[in-house]
Amino acid sequence: MYLSSKIKNLSTKIWALAIIIVLFFTNVSNSNASEEKHEKEKFNAGEMIIEHIADAYEWHIMTIGETHVSIPLLVILIDEGKLVTFCSSKFHHGLESYEGFKISHEGKYKGKIVKLSTNEKGEEIESRPIDLSITKLVLSLFIGVFLIGWLFISISRSYRKRGMAAPKGMQSLLEPIIIFVRDDIAKSSIGEKKYQKYLPYLLTIFFFIFLNNLLGLVPFFPGGANLTGNIAVTLTLAVFTFVITTLSGNRAYWTHIVNAPGVPWWLKIPVPLMPIVELVGVFTKPFVLMVRLFANITAGHIIALGFISLIFIFGEMQPALGYGVSVVSVIFYVFMGLLELLVAFIQAYVFTLLSALYFGMAIEEHHHAEEHH
Amino acid sequence: MGIVTPDLGLIFWMTLSFGILLFILTKFAWIPILATLHEREKTIEDSLHEADKAREEMKLLQAHNEDLLRQAKEERDSILKDARNIRDNIIEESKTKANQEYNRIVEAAKESIHYEKMAAITELKNQIATLSIDIAEKILKETLANKDAQKQHIDKMMDNINFN
Repeated sequence: MYLSSKIKNLSTKIWALAIIIVLFFTNVSNSNASEEKHEKEKFNAGEMIIEHIADAYEWHIMTIGETHVSIPLLVILIDEGKLVTFCSSKFHHGLESYEGFKISHEGKYKGKIVKLSTNEKGEEIESRPIDLSITKLVLSLFIGVFLIGWLFISISRSYRKRGMAAPKGMQSLLEPIIIFVRDDIAKSSIGEKKYQKYLPYLLTIFFFIFLNNLLGLVPFFPGGANLTGNIAVTLTLAVFTFVITTLSGNRAYWTHIVNAPGVPWWLKIPVPLMPIVELVGVFTKPFVLMVRLFANITAGHIIALGFISLIFIFGEMQPALGYGVSVVSVIFYVFMGLLELLVAFIQAYVFTLLSALYFGMAIEEHHHAEEHH
Repeated sequence: MGIVTPDLGLIFWMTLSFGILLFILTKFAWIPILATLHEREKTIEDSLHEADKAREEMKLLQAHNEDLLRQAKEERDSILKDARNIRDNIIEESKTKANQEYNRIVEAAKESIHYEKMAAITELKNQIATLSIDIAEKILKETLANKDAQKQHIDKMMDNINFN
């Protein structure tokens, strides 16, 4: 009891600290300079949606009138071997440049930090330094990682403390999911004998994707970032799966790729058609993983934002129409939100299941391999 | 194209933090949690198995107990029967013995009564004889002492005798 109350106390303190930090660093600025320009600007749904699902150098929380409330983030650049760090508030929401760097507004590097320089002809050109900035998505990633780490280490502690006793609290919420991943994903796809080696990875990706999907559905800070709908994130996850699959591939797996059993010889010699197809398959598997998660989550965000955009599009035409549409939009938004809750789970499940299947294929014994063809 | 181009910085941070998360969770969460789950499941399975075994044993024990009980009952019945037999025998025997003894005692008593009676009769006879002799002696002594009376008496008797 004492320990748990201590933990609770500690977690309360951590949250309080986090909130204070957020409030302290929250940058409230008035962009009066661009007021006239803003007034003329029409609401552009496409731009707004892309802005919301893309990465950013500050965490925009809200805009009241012309006042932007956002959390400035750390910019880390490596420019010609030199480390440059500064706060993203120096850009004043991307309106100003700082030390020769600015956020590009158009072209190839739109929305990214670029270095301004002039070429021989005297034209201003933009080049991209190595950008390791703590962007909105990186911060969201840190929050997600911290949450998952804290959650599971705390329930692991209660496992250690309670031992054989029945699960309690958070433990009893997560235990069925852990058992589901273990029995229905790992055991059934990889097999009784070897699943244990892959289980920690499968559990980690499952909860990482699931929790970050859920966080992405929360419309305000610290959620709302389209982390699992970002191609870099899904790419990294897919690469992890690919590396593990490739490293654990046994002889049967490689034989299957180079010399697929049950395939006529003329498909292999002289033109190695099947080996090429199989080799392409090795790379398409993680590629499909990457695209599926990215597309599903991004699509969910786009549709949800689309419904909200409808209110503003109609509101611009006629304020009353905006109010009228808002009712329908909100209903659809809620419906989409519920659907996305389901998708959050399904995508985490599918990603984990397919990873487990690939591991299972990589370590399958030879006599099983023939049965598949 | 912005959203389908992976950003290097994000890949870097993602690899780093996901790697750290994977390592930390494996070491501090998954291994202890899975070990505890496995242990718990094993304990439950073992307990169920043991309960089954115990139930089986209970059944066996119960059958055994019933057997024992039946045997005990049979034994009790047989003991009771034996006891009843023995009791009956003892009663029968003692009855016979008592009868015999009674008869013997009665016989002995009768005999002894007879002897006593005979002895008494003999003694009585003897005493009567003695007494008769004594009386006769006394009477004779008395009578013979008085010669006149005797003479008178004889005379009288002589008178009475009718010599025909």
